[in-house]
Amino acid sequence: MSDFVSNFWGIWISVIVIGGLLGLTYLVYSQSKAVVVKGEKVEITGHIWDGDLAEYNNPLPRWWMWLFYLTLIFSFAYLAVYPGLGKYPGLFGWTSVGQYKKERAAAEAKYQPLYDKFLKQDVKALAADPQAQEMGKRLFQTYCVQCHGSDARGAKGFPNLVHHDWQYGGTPEKIHETISEGRQGQMPAFGAAFGEEKVKDVANYVLSLSNKRHDAARAARGQETFKAICATCHGPDGTGNQTIGAPNLTHPSGSWLYGGTEKTIIETITNGRSNQMPTWKDFLGEGKIHLLTAYVWGLSNNPRAPQQ
Amino acid sequence: METQSTYNYKVVRQFAIMTVVWGIVGMLVGVVIAAQLVWPDLNYGPWFHFGRLRPLHTNAVIFAFGGSGLFATSYYVVQRTCNVRLISDKIAAFTFWGWQAIIVAAVITLPLGYTFGKEYAELEWPIKVAITVVWVAYAYVFFGTIAIRKVKHIYVANWFYGAFILAVALLHIVNSAFVPVSLFKSYSVYSGAVDAMIQWWYGHNAVGFFLTAAFLGMMYYFVPKQAGRPIYSYRLSVVHFWALIFTYMWAGPHHLHYTALPDWTQSVGMVFSLVLLAPSWGGMINGIMTLSGAWHKLRTDPILKFLVVSLSFYGMSTFEGPMMAIKTVNALSHYTDWTIGHVHSGALGWVGFITIGSIYYLIPRLWGREQMYSMKLVEAHFWLATVGVVLYIAAMWISGVTQGLMWRALNPDGTLTYSFVESVKATHPYLAVRVLGGALYLSGMLLMAYNTFRTVTAGRAVDAKIPAITAAHHA
Repeated sequence: MSDFVSNFWGIWISVIVIGGLLGLTYLVYSQSKAVVVKGEKVEITGHIWDGDLAEYNNPLPRWWMWLFYLTLIFSFAYLAVYPGLGKYPGLFGWTSVGQYKKERAAAEAKYQPLYDKFLKQDVKALAADPQAQEMGKRLFQTYCVQCHGSDARGAKGFPNLVHHDWQYGGTPEKIHETISEGRQGQMPAFGAAFGEEKVKDVANYVLSLSNKRHDAARAARGQETFKAICATCHGPDGTGNQTIGAPNLTHPSGSWLYGGTEKTIIETITNGRSNQMPTWKDFLGEGKIHLLTAYVWGLSNNPRAPQQ
Repeated sequence: METQSTYNYKVVRQFAIMTVVWGIVGMLVGVVIAAQLVWPDLNYGPWFHFGRLRPLHTNAVIFAFGGSGLFATSYYVVQRTCNVRLISDKIAAFTFWGWQAIIVAAVITLPLGYTFGKEYAELEWPIKVAITVVWVAYAYVFFGTIAIRKVKHIYVANWFYGAFILAVALLHIVNSAFVPVSLFKSYSVYSGAVDAMIQWWYGHNAVGFFLTAAFLGMMYYFVPKQAGRPIYSYRLSVVHFWALIFTYMWAGPHHLHYTALPDWTQSVGMVFSLVLLAPSWGGMINGIMTLSGAWHKLRTDPILKFLVVSLSFYGMSTFEGPMMAIKTVNALSHYTDWTIGHVHSGALGWVGFITIGSIYYLIPRLWGREQMYSMKLVEAHFWLATVGVVLYIAAMWISGVTQGLMWRALNPDGTLTYSFVESVKATHPYLAVRVLGGALYLSGMLLMAYNTFRTVTAGRAVDAKIPAITAAHHA
């Protein structure tokens, strides 16, 4: 549907809004003149339905009538001050975007010195700074927990951040890059190319890499396929490749991104995986990303322990 | 003419019974999903998951319970206030079986995961088409009966029922406009902010016309009947009727405050939401003032208690609504449990109570009894329901304001004071109180089902004779 951009629509809206409000005002006014004369009894209108249904014709309660007028007066005043009548911008030119920008600018002026102070320090120093850690934690609890969890231990498809088993590298520079630029993880599907049996063989070889229970005969057969195909990304020894985010299949931390059972590994090989970490640099800005980097790096490097 | 000498009560009886049945089903699902929010382990498999049961709850309560109640009462009221039998028994029967089939289709397809993806309009396109057909048939029966009426003036309850039928047809057709991609999947023809605006134009008017105007029609018949008093003011009913149906159409944008919706739309939506206060209260005043001279009946008549307390909840939620539509208040209340509490003070307090009261009025009359099998059980139902609603909405107010305040709290360094999960933890006790409130309300409905069963089995279906018209009817 196209947007209503021509001038006509602005005029149309103004006319029906003002016309509607005036119409309501007239409706109340036209019925407000009837009053009860003191001592006179209000009679029913004379119409009867269904045996005994009848109606009095009492005047409009005064307080109700004034309440109605009051809301109408408020409406005219509000539409004079705020945008509402087509392209008329209101007395003070208020816009929600303008309000947002103003509040945001005020917040930035107020908090920027604090972030500037932290930007001058390196990540490892910040990881030992209680105030920076506290702020980093709050930022993490606001922006990262939806996927990585309140305890940063991740969930299926979302990496655990409390270990050293990094997909894209765990140095401060790499963590910063991940948060700032985002990541796009892609594992191709091999179900059609391998066939069911071969997939199962490879899965058992993958299980053997981390010393999990597996079928030795299948693993032996799977090794061949692994070396020929999978090793391209995961390396001949299965330890992965952090430049392209290929996971370490020996799993030193024991934590798997999608699950380490035979069933899920078969699923992964058969259908492939596609995953995304969003980019945050435009939304969060350098100051917050710096603090988050220090917090996430600190999660697995426990910097405060030596201090204590 | 011999066969035409009675009213068609058969279709009223059918819808009245299904009102009770669907009330129990819809509210049971409500209690289940409320419990799932307290104990997430109750989410079993995809079919029994909150995400699929929640639309089932809303559809069952609004369209099955509320809808059946509206069909039952509107057919009863339009016949009795027009002094004429429904224009077509066959088409009326079609609306009954058609509407029930639609509900059953909803009960099956929603847990299976078929959804159009629009709130309160989740049913997929084949069901949407069926709704349109049944609704046109309903409009024919209702307006056809008005057309052949034997009484000159159209009673005020029928204005409201009529507005409801016309507006819901318009809302349903415009918002449901779809592009089918397969037998069970379709997409909205609109996109972006336009789609959102049309959705909430529909969504808020579903509240305005389905859950408000229609039930005001119910109120305008059953309150004066049960109180035995004339309506307080014809003049007030004229003013608030036209003001209400005009203004509701504009209120939708308050569901989209502080979003990508253009500022002017939000402003217009907000002022008309505020203007809605007085027209809404007009209905409450007319209902409650109708009782003047009959207040003593409230002490002894539990049906009247249901009707009057429903008006109190109506007044309260229609005050709360305009306040929540003010942008500064909305900034706190939006996306919180406060909204859920607001909806339920309307749904349980207003819609539920007025329907329950009206059905208690109808059941004995449809089955030739003096009154319900046990008025004590009606009284017990009233108190269970009242305590249930109060617990529910009080819990949601506290929970909602807590959420709103926690989400906006800032530390001196500009970071958020609380993470989302902390707000979930803080509201957990109130979610549990909500389950209790809902369970009490549901248990009242079970009493109603038993009471109805005993009344119906002790009685015998009767179709009242159409009385001769007096001179006053022609006036």
